[in-house]
Amino acid sequence: MTEISLADGSAMQDAPPAPVRRYRLPLDWLGVVPFLIFALMFLILPTTYLVVGAFQNDQGEITFDNILALSAPSIVSAYWISIRISLASAVLGGVVGLAMAVAISRGGLPPWLRSATVTFSGVASNFAGVPLAFAFIATLGRLGLLTVLLNNWLGVNIYSLGFNLLSFWGLTLTYLYFQIPLMLVIITPAVDGLKKEWGEAAAMLGATTWQYWRMVVIPVLWPSFLGTVLLLFANAFGAIATAYALTGSQLNIVPILLYAQIRGDVLHNPHLGYALAFGMIFITGVANIFYIWFRARSDRWLK
Amino acid sequence: MKTSRLWAWITFGVGAAYFLLPLIATFEFSLRMRRGVYSFDAYRSVLGDPYFQATFFYSVLVAVFTILLGVLLVVPTAYWIRLRMPRFRPVVEFITLLPLVIPAIVIVFGYIRMFGSSSPLPFLASTRGADALLVIGYATLALPYMYRAVDTGLATIDVRTLTEAAQILGAGWTRIVIRVILPNVLIAVLSGAFLTFAIVIGEFTMASLLNRPAFGPYLQNIGANRAYEPSALAIIAFAITWGCMSIIQILSRFAPKSANQPR
Repeated sequence: MTEISLADGSAMQDAPPAPVRRYRLPLDWLGVVPFLIFALMFLILPTTYLVVGAFQNDQGEITFDNILALSAPSIVSAYWISIRISLASAVLGGVVGLAMAVAISRGGLPPWLRSATVTFSGVASNFAGVPLAFAFIATLGRLGLLTVLLNNWLGVNIYSLGFNLLSFWGLTLTYLYFQIPLMLVIITPAVDGLKKEWGEAAAMLGATTWQYWRMVVIPVLWPSFLGTVLLLFANAFGAIATAYALTGSQLNIVPILLYAQIRGDVLHNPHLGYALAFGMIFITGVANIFYIWFRARSDRWLK
Repeated sequence: MKTSRLWAWITFGVGAAYFLLPLIATFEFSLRMRRGVYSFDAYRSVLGDPYFQATFFYSVLVAVFTILLGVLLVVPTAYWIRLRMPRFRPVVEFITLLPLVIPAIVIVFGYIRMFGSSSPLPFLASTRGADALLVIGYATLALPYMYRAVDTGLATIDVRTLTEAAQILGAGWTRIVIRVILPNVLIAVLSGAFLTFAIVIGEFTMASLLNRPAFGPYLQNIGANRAYEPSALAIIAFAITWGCMSIIQILSRFAPKSANQPR
């Protein structure tokens, strides 16, 4: 009995001997049914509802009008500024996050600094939403500490130089506060995974530091870097709380437009709202598919 | 080598400045409520505000229920997948990652349209129903983190042997999950729970669109109407996040490191 159950692993405690067991119905899948029902009811169906609604008109007929209506100038500009902010904060956050990961992993900094940075990054990458907006208003708002100090000490008034926290660069700078740490947290294991032997092998073959970086490090890290940038992109693209608390509805980004649409049908067409949501899923979905793809590629080297 | 170390220090210094300045500025600003001197008046004002207490308590309660629902949903599923249906694992993993693909605002938009008061499942027809829907929504948001935490925990124990040992001793499935599996992955579950708490406590989008009196919408409202209190709240929120992350890190020291199951 024990031998059988060890060999096949699916015997129950009072399972009858092997010949009879063969006729048992395959009921193993019942164990995941609660989870599947939950996922279906509260994740998949609500999303499907919106996606289907995006391709229907008020009479329930199939149409592409809603998708085409997304080309209205105000909606296109909302998507465009959303994509730009997400892309800028993802790329900048990715580059800075990677640089910091390399600095703490390979730069010869004291070990305690490394663990402190990783811990802080765990906190900062989860410190998003409304409080983050408050922090940046207190720092770079019109009366923020940095704004005032730069003005008093250096005589530089960043607002008269054209900076505005409630703008593209202001929001990007704010988003970097959770994008950089997220990059750092995800990429540090990959940087740690660079084997010392590769550097030694490169040095033995006469490679300069620059050649080692260009021909070994960058190609190895590239897929995980690119993949994580895409993850950061999706992360920023769906975020709303920070932007909303920072700018109210001044900045016309897609999540804020969708928020206003859910609140009060500002587009005067419920199905256009569904199309807006569909567009968001489409963009974050594409970003995530590439993330998974890059991730699978990077796993080959960094085991 | 010298230059690379200098370069590392510069990178680190710039990064540290970017991350510490907003915290310092926010803290400094939060102390300025009384004219001319630094004081903790803003904190007193915030902590004494009945709306702060009510919304914070509400969000803590929602977070607790979210964690319970998450554990109830994830632990048996992840266990069962490991024990009996390893082939099904990619499917479940894919589902748990969906909330990272579908933005929260889209999920809640779907809820509002699907569970409205005139729908077959009118969650939004009653206050309790809306509360339940908020808990459910948060559980989906936390699903990727909870699942990953629990699954990592399960990887470090020998699920099969434990199950068989419990079965030989006559335990049923419920008993196995509650008395054998759960205690063995408790640290992983707690890590997932505190991460869930950190995510849920100040969440704005879902709570606001479902019209729940939660901490996130309260924060937003204060931000729009007050001057010094938002900074105090930002510091409090940062401290809460920091607390959750510290607990997770302390817990991880107690977690078993290696998988001892024969492969």
